[in-house]
Amino acid sequence: MAHLGSYLYIVSAALFILSLKWMNSPASARRGVFAGETGMLLAIVATVLANNIFNWQWILAAFFIGTAIGVPIAYIMPMTAVPQRTAMSHACGALAAALVGTAEFYRANQLHETLPAFVMVALVLETLLGYLTFTGSLMAMGKLQEVLPQRPITYRNQNTVNFVLFAIAAGLGVRLVLVPTDTWIFPIFAGLSLLFGVLMIIPIGGADMPTVIALLNSYAGLSACAMGFALGNNLLVVAGALDGSSGLILSIIMCKAMNRSFTNVLFGAFGQIQTSAVQAQQRPYRSASAEEASSILEAAGSVIIVPGYGLAVAQAQHKIRELYDSLMRRGVDVKFAIHPVAGRMPGHMNVLLAEADIPYDRLYEMDDINGEFGQCDVALVIGANDVTNPAARTDKSSPIFGMPILDVDKAHTVMVIKRSMNPGFAGIDNDLYYMDKTLMLFGDAKAFVTEIIKELPAKVEA
Amino acid sequence: MDLSIGLFVFMLATFVGLEIIRKVSPLLHTPLMSLTNAISAISVVGAILITGAQGATMLSKILGFIAITAAVTNIVSGFLITDRMLKMFKRREEKK
Repeated sequence: MAHLGSYLYIVSAALFILSLKWMNSPASARRGVFAGETGMLLAIVATVLANNIFNWQWILAAFFIGTAIGVPIAYIMPMTAVPQRTAMSHACGALAAALVGTAEFYRANQLHETLPAFVMVALVLETLLGYLTFTGSLMAMGKLQEVLPQRPITYRNQNTVNFVLFAIAAGLGVRLVLVPTDTWIFPIFAGLSLLFGVLMIIPIGGADMPTVIALLNSYAGLSACAMGFALGNNLLVVAGALDGSSGLILSIIMCKAMNRSFTNVLFGAFGQIQTSAVQAQQRPYRSASAEEASSILEAAGSVIIVPGYGLAVAQAQHKIRELYDSLMRRGVDVKFAIHPVAGRMPGHMNVLLAEADIPYDRLYEMDDINGEFGQCDVALVIGANDVTNPAARTDKSSPIFGMPILDVDKAHTVMVIKRSMNPGFAGIDNDLYYMDKTLMLFGDAKAFVTEIIKELPAKVEA
Repeated sequence: MDLSIGLFVFMLATFVGLEIIRKVSPLLHTPLMSLTNAISAISVVGAILITGAQGATMLSKILGFIAITAAVTNIVSGFLITDRMLKMFKRREEKK
């Protein structure tokens, strides 16, 4: 039976790889989910077949409770809350890895079993990464859910404190590898890892959450991978490595989209420096009513809508769909330009728009649509700010200089729906708002779009 | 397990992962992350081995129990929510 188990593991690993491969297009993606589910089922069956498993009441009870928690989460969670759910899921995954590592450490010690050095290294890495990802993800979840303050929390010598703490934890880890019988060290080691997870995330601001979530994803994968080494299980190594590399790629994409480096995201405390930035002098701008806006939109041949997280906050997705529908019916070509960091996690804005039934072939990535702004009649910016700021291209002194942006300012007319002239999250003034061709539409995104739609049909009858 | 074989598997899986993930459309990055999350809950296998070992101590059982619960929560919610999200992605032709 043990052999059958390891063959099933190979099939399962192949299914996981196929599962991710099929995610490359929306057409095959659901097949990917099915492959993943089958792989997981096979892995569990193989484990049970290949090993003598006892304590079934514990295992089945845990499966039952896990399912009872998991199903409602999957169906009730609103799409705006998906980043929080993802952070929670990183926390659960990391906790599982850390606890298995802990249990394995104490088990070996109790049986006076000497684990090979590399197994100890793997165990230490598994628990270190597991515990710090656990608390780190909980902190990220708190920030995303706005239970915790979104602004970075900083204090003097923060980086030094963090570094020293991490160095102590790592030192204890090394000591555990060298002298595995020193069980008293383990709780301190675990405690420091947990504490480091908290301290690592508190200086990171809300706007950097997409990168942090992706990075935590990578850590959670790596701790599962380390568990594979500790338990001598290649399937765990493969699945963990896939997850780890996925998180790594996503965080690199996020960093590039904000023109920041890893170290800058983790140690830079973005947003904190600018909050004290002096308000720029009052500059003139033009504003317009919903009626004017709707006649401009109706007269346009092509419109590019630039949605940002503000749109999700205002729950305006469904109204945007209505606007999209009625403009398309009038023969206006409407496209959506999605910046990679729009939303609170990678790809979040696409999900929110897809939920509102906007066809995905109308959603364009930044690089694919930037060339089109020059020929577009109207760019309608809703709830996005920094990703449209031309200062990122031109103003070397701007904190966002060098960040790739959507070239909204090249459109013939720009309309921006915004609550007020207050600068956005990063506290940077946006030159776009003061351009001659820019019309500011003041109000709540959802209410304003509703008004624009109301103005539209009246014109058809007239 | 032989360490060198383990590292070999790790190296190959990482490269395969990097190559595949690079090709995933940014459109699907959120479902991708929930899917990889569900897949990394493969740690349930380790948790079952720890909990189900013959003569497992009370500590092992309790830690294993929590670990299985956490991992199964991830498996179930991860796969289901990924599918729920993917169902929403429609082309124009498919629209009613």
